[in-house]
Amino acid sequence: MTSRYLVGRLAGLVVAVVTVSILAFLLMHAVPGGPFDETRSPLPPAAKANILRKYGLDQPLWVQYARYVWHALHGDFGIPYQSPTETVLALIARVWPVTLVLGAIVVSLSFTLGLTLGILGALRHSTWLDTLLTSLATLGMTVPNFVIAIWLIYIFSIRLRWLPTGGWGEARLLIMPAIAYSLQPLAVVARYTRVAVLEALAGDYVRTALAKGLHPAQVVVRHVLRNALIPIVTLLGPMIPDLFTGSIFIEFTFRIPGLGKFFVTSIFQRDYPLIMATVLLVAVLWSLTYLASDVLYVLIDPRVRLGARGR
Amino acid sequence: MSLQGVAAVRVIRTVPRSPWATAWWQYARNPLRLLAASVALLIVGASILAPLLAPTRYDVANIEESLQSPSSRHWLGTDAIGRDVLSRLLYGGRTSLEVSLAVVALALVIGVPLGMAAGFGGGWLDYAVVRLVEVSTALPALLLAMLLISVLGSGIGNTILALAVVAWIEPCRLMRAQTLALRNREFVEAAWALGASTGQIIRRHILPNTVGPLIVVVTLTIPRMIFAEASLSFLGLGINDPLPSWGKMVSESVSYMQVYPVLGIAPTIMIALMVLTLTLVGDGLRDALDPSRGQRGGGWR
Repeated sequence: MTSRYLVGRLAGLVVAVVTVSILAFLLMHAVPGGPFDETRSPLPPAAKANILRKYGLDQPLWVQYARYVWHALHGDFGIPYQSPTETVLALIARVWPVTLVLGAIVVSLSFTLGLTLGILGALRHSTWLDTLLTSLATLGMTVPNFVIAIWLIYIFSIRLRWLPTGGWGEARLLIMPAIAYSLQPLAVVARYTRVAVLEALAGDYVRTALAKGLHPAQVVVRHVLRNALIPIVTLLGPMIPDLFTGSIFIEFTFRIPGLGKFFVTSIFQRDYPLIMATVLLVAVLWSLTYLASDVLYVLIDPRVRLGARGR
Repeated sequence: MSLQGVAAVRVIRTVPRSPWATAWWQYARNPLRLLAASVALLIVGASILAPLLAPTRYDVANIEESLQSPSSRHWLGTDAIGRDVLSRLLYGGRTSLEVSLAVVALALVIGVPLGMAAGFGGGWLDYAVVRLVEVSTALPALLLAMLLISVLGSGIGNTILALAVVAWIEPCRLMRAQTLALRNREFVEAAWALGASTGQIIRRHILPNTVGPLIVVVTLTIPRMIFAEASLSFLGLGINDPLPSWGKMVSESVSYMQVYPVLGIAPTIMIALMVLTLTLVGDGLRDALDPSRGQRGGGWR
């Protein structure tokens, strides 16, 4: 049953990713204007035709797509127009680690702090602390991270002159991006944790455990947190790959040479190979995490059976 | 005897309050939400009245007055090419509103009929709509919008279009779920039995029962779209010059951060305030319009 469910979900995942790739491919080719337009680089027609032939842009669309998929399956995603001396794969391998470093910091920061604050808010339900934490969470969830980034730069770089305004390569350069990027996921984690813990606290088994004389701390660790973990994992799991593909805005604002910044430049320069590869990467990561979080959900909650859900 | 009479009268007088009055009473009980609603109204009002309130038009530039500090002539100073920041801020609010309202309108026009058709029709139609939603959510919303803008080009119309491509999903999902839930209820079956047409059932039974949740979706989509527009414009993928947008004003200020940091403060505060207050209003409306929440939360706690 479980393997059949997994195969079905994986098939659905492949269909979704293939559809996304076809749509993205068509979108980028259906519209007039390309990277070798006359307006951008005036070339003699013969030279232009040569370049188009070199990149295979003179072929019918379905041939181009089939060729792209064939090469992609062999690990060849083409050559980025903006950096023709390396392959797309090499470019991603070069810039993704930058994003991953920041992502790892953000994930650990926002999950440890978010879980702690969420549990704290729930245990101190309806006190000033809870109200304060909830208001801060609302603020963190709604204010765009580039706005927070600008405020941080204003305070710590311009006014106090403690930190440079941006860049990459030194440990202290990570401080402001990590804070600006963490606040939103931190707020989401804290908020969901608070609700999950509150709901678990209302369970009959909590009352029973307290009635039979267990220490409140034991009740919280053994009963409340274990049950609160289920909704937390399913709701928050999908956030993680999102954080590992990076924030376009944070990288743009702090001039961090990561995946997000290159995605922005590839959009501006219509760098099809890089756009396609990034889009596919994100689509695969997203769908895989949703699948993983569903599987994890079953593993921690014995009440849920695979196959019965999602129909 | 008389005491019982008083109690009975009280019960009768409190029960038949209209749902809207109950919702308002629920909403207004929370002072923070009242404050959020007033601030949101103030910003929206000022944005609508921008042509009357703004000292100059948004595109009047005077290069001799560039990067001026706040003064009596320019209350919030001027930007790099000498345009009045206050005027651009007011007109920028107008841009935010125009974009978000247009996106929401498009989302409703696409999402509501599609969701209702999927819920009512079932079968292949439902299957197709569900798959369409699945594919549309295979990418993060902003990434999809950026992808579309990379193809369509920036500008207010394309921004609206690119955001609407994602925004229709929420109303569509809601309408589908609501229609599925309402379709088999007794009062709908009774209407069928009495010979009502599909159109009548939609008008008389389905739509009135989904207005509340739909209002909540709309009020929560507006700040999300303002957020998205500001983000796109911040990257230079949204509104085009000379039309002002708060997101664009923030990104313009980045280059002058060292010499003239004041430039970025007003637009960032406006984005934060607008998104925050509208989200609080949406949250409040959700609690106020959802009867199941009302029963739990209502009372004297």
